[in-house]
Amino acid sequence: MDFLQPTTWGDALAARAERPDALAIAGGTDVMVDLNFDRRRPGALLDLTRIAELREWATDGDAVRLGAGVPYARVITDLGTQLPGLAMAARTVGSPQIRARGTVGGNLGSASPAGDAHPPLLAAGAQVEVASAARGARRVPVAEFYTGVKRSVLAPDELIAAVLVPRAAGPQQFCKVGTRNAMVIAVSAFALALHPDRHAVGTGIGSAAPTPRRAPEAEEFLAGELDWASRGPLPGTVAAEFGQRVAAAASPIDDVRGTAAYRRHSLAVMARRAATWAWDDLRRAA
Amino acid sequence: MTAVETDARATGRLGAGRVGEDAQRPDGTLKVTGEFAYASDLWHDDMVWGVTLRSPHPHARIRRIDVTEALTVPGVTAVLTADDVPGENAFGLEHADQPVLAADVVRYEGEPVALVAADHPETARRAAARIRVDYEVLPALTDPRRALDEDAPPVHPGGNLVRHLPLRRGEQGRTAPVVVSVDVEVGMQDQAFLGPESGLAVPAEDGGVDLFVATQWLHVDQRQICLALGMPPEKVRVTLAGVGGAFGGREDLSVHVHACLLALRTGRPVKMSYGREESFYGHVHRHPAWLSYEFGAEPDGTLVYARATVLLDGGAYASSTGAVVGNAGTLGLGPYRIPNVTVDAYGVFTNNPPCGAMRGFGCVQAAFAHEALMDSLADAVGVDRVEIRRRNGLREGDRNITGQVIDSAAPVAELLDRVAALPLPPPADTSDIRALPGAVGNTTHGEGVRRGIGYAVTYKNVGFSEGFDDYSTARVRLQVTGGEAVATVHTAAAEVGQGLVTVQQQIARTELGVQQVVVVPADTSVGSAGSTSASRQTYVTGGAVQAACAAVRTAVLQRAAVALDRPLTGLRLDGEEVVGPGGEVLTGLADVLGDDAVEETREYRHRPTHAVDPETGQGDAHVQFAFSAHRAVVDVDVELGLVKVVALDTAQDVGRAINPDAVVGQIHGGSAQGMGLALMEEVVVTDGHVRNPSFTDYLLPTILDMPPMQVEVLEYADPHAPYGVRGVGEPPTISSGPAVAAAVRDACGRPLRRVPIRPEHITGV
Repeated sequence: MDFLQPTTWGDALAARAERPDALAIAGGTDVMVDLNFDRRRPGALLDLTRIAELREWATDGDAVRLGAGVPYARVITDLGTQLPGLAMAARTVGSPQIRARGTVGGNLGSASPAGDAHPPLLAAGAQVEVASAARGARRVPVAEFYTGVKRSVLAPDELIAAVLVPRAAGPQQFCKVGTRNAMVIAVSAFALALHPDRHAVGTGIGSAAPTPRRAPEAEEFLAGELDWASRGPLPGTVAAEFGQRVAAAASPIDDVRGTAAYRRHSLAVMARRAATWAWDDLRRAA
Repeated sequence: MTAVETDARATGRLGAGRVGEDAQRPDGTLKVTGEFAYASDLWHDDMVWGVTLRSPHPHARIRRIDVTEALTVPGVTAVLTADDVPGENAFGLEHADQPVLAADVVRYEGEPVALVAADHPETARRAAARIRVDYEVLPALTDPRRALDEDAPPVHPGGNLVRHLPLRRGEQGRTAPVVVSVDVEVGMQDQAFLGPESGLAVPAEDGGVDLFVATQWLHVDQRQICLALGMPPEKVRVTLAGVGGAFGGREDLSVHVHACLLALRTGRPVKMSYGREESFYGHVHRHPAWLSYEFGAEPDGTLVYARATVLLDGGAYASSTGAVVGNAGTLGLGPYRIPNVTVDAYGVFTNNPPCGAMRGFGCVQAAFAHEALMDSLADAVGVDRVEIRRRNGLREGDRNITGQVIDSAAPVAELLDRVAALPLPPPADTSDIRALPGAVGNTTHGEGVRRGIGYAVTYKNVGFSEGFDDYSTARVRLQVTGGEAVATVHTAAAEVGQGLVTVQQQIARTELGVQQVVVVPADTSVGSAGSTSASRQTYVTGGAVQAACAAVRTAVLQRAAVALDRPLTGLRLDGEEVVGPGGEVLTGLADVLGDDAVEETREYRHRPTHAVDPETGQGDAHVQFAFSAHRAVVDVDVELGLVKVVALDTAQDVGRAINPDAVVGQIHGGSAQGMGLALMEEVVVTDGHVRNPSFTDYLLPTILDMPPMQVEVLEYADPHAPYGVRGVGEPPTISSGPAVAAAVRDACGRPLRRVPIRPEHITGV
């Protein structure tokens, strides 16, 4: 196995184009597991950790442009205010060691339905910036990024450069169920973002469908029910109905981590609670 | 642990490191700094690597094995199959029923079929993948509840029963005014030691082999290796390599024979080291269990009778299933006075992964049933859950359900009173999600959270039972080198992390009055120490070290008496001096010994135990009983089914704490392991296939799952045991899980008859 270690983005894209058998690696928290279990045997590893700009984030208008190589630990320390949902999700990733290595870009590259970063990116309406040497950069709405279990729209000659996440205009929440209280892969996860500026609600569901996905119908329902103008309380029945609609948007399976029925149930509970917390936050802020 | 305390240790507040004092482990600094050499660190300059090819099927006939292609891989030095086993192709702790390499049939997923040695482990793995095994897949018996059916396919020619232990005591068919019953299921727990199976076999010039391996019982390893290699014991020398945890999972062979076979074939040192996934296939697990219990009682809750059936899934080979059945039967109703008893405990063969020894050994499974039932009984008669146990708890002098008199402390009531009196934790702090169920998962800010409290009490046999000749051997040498007296202790007892090396030092310091004690590596050049299991080593090997030290002391004092021309009586060793009756220094050790070394070897046996009557299960099966009680406090998010254990407090009688610090450490670790089984630890097996052979999906408790503990250590000396010790390691693992399960039931109000308790059980979806 060759080990390619470009130091510039241009070199990385060139290497990506030249070596279709190469597997991109950032923190290695997914890739190394696959290699150790002999699930993959790529012809080369394309190490992206020497490319300085991938490890940077910056504000870009109303969004944060988060380099694909920024580790979760920095999302937590740097972006808790601007991207609260993503920071909450980052806190639930693995152990401190994994959070120091693992990256949001890597999470997107793996495109696992259980990836913790996906639900808040969906709820926030993020865009993934991908690039190739031949065609340059393009931006993909994150909801269109995932195409199947561990599959995405990323072309063989493309790399993920960054993710553009709108800065939070309102409260955000992220909830994740696991069968222990730390260092656990999600049995189910849910993210919520309130967009009071446009009277909209964003959602993201994790580990309960072949891909991370939104619950558009539930979003519309809640956005329509919320009393945006005078910010009156959220009726419990509305929160519960929102939860049911989020659960209905999932297509979970039974597996070793949990049952489909429980996943649906837990989404309903998490969505109800998250909506209540987020709306209460908004009311308090008013 | 505060920095101040650490400094105090460094400056010697620990005392002299004698019996009863907190003593520092000789391997402690190495382990904390990462310098300790575990078995996986073994290295030999010209070694090759061995790997194992395992069956992908739970049951299949092997039609043919073609190794041709594997042999052509550059770097491969040997490929072995069953035909290459020179001795008997069989091993096993109780019955040699397990092939070293499967010959004609595989009986579980992961059964070893072939071995490869190569100059690099990856080369060996790739070559193993090129071995063509032609399997005829056979129907697999994977439901142990069907194993004894007439039409069940036999896993072995003799049928599927490993052992049936019936217990009949008192009047059969009794009735009682109050009757409660329960059916409980316990999932398969893994020992999950952090240092996977590893060993290095070095071929020797005499045609034999030296094996360095992480294990629990060197001499029984040696016996089994000799059988398979067809060699006498003097040709097979086994030395303990650094052990990273054991918990019963290293009592059976893993790499042992395989590495020796490859070393003898290649003439090269062979290292074998499992990864985490292979480790899940490479050792036995805790038996999954199905338990049906019924208690009859007087209206005040006094137990009248108990009827119980226990079914343990032994998997494909016997391992120690017979002895586990023995415990699940003889101890399976808990530490209670029950005059009329009908128990049937069964261990059966299936095509599931083999199960065997794990900390708590048969008592763990039973405790989930008898403790759930004691809660039901308390509720049925309207008595407090602590009081019901106190009322029925064994006391010293009582007979247990096999008719054996408990002839030392049996403080069931006191243990319960003590845990019940410990301060309760404050209410949940809803401002810190880390303190709530789900923790940083941010699933609740207090919504749906209910608190529950549960109690459990247990007793466990210490040492090997049912007539086993359970002994240990110690060789102790005393000499003066460089002006300092040094005692050397040599045993074959496996230090697996529990702290026996420290205990051996403490005993030698205490008995010989010297400070410098060297515990040399355990190997088979000294007599057997028995297994590091059954909470027995401090008792049995401790007893052997004490006896050997006493013999050395006597020999030294005899020399002194001759030299001083005084009677032996009244002389003793203190520091490095021989002192008289009044404490007056008479002479120095250096003067008595000169350049000589005094060395003595002693065996120690605990009082004999006896086989139980095969029809009634009655008899003095055990030598000592260890008691513990736990109180668990949990916060449960009853809507999501997530649990936060808020407190897990315990009281345990340890007889005498040789090293109080280490005793508390054992209690902490054991409690965490029991809690793990109650809430998350399970090897999930479907149709004979293990579905979660990784730490990604086999979940062990983390620091956010395990609360700080209040630990009450009682020291009621057992007059029959050295220093009064009572085994410590296992009871915490037994009573903690049922206490946690009871607390979760208390919080959510559901019966929860299966462990590990999963969120879908708590929520009922």
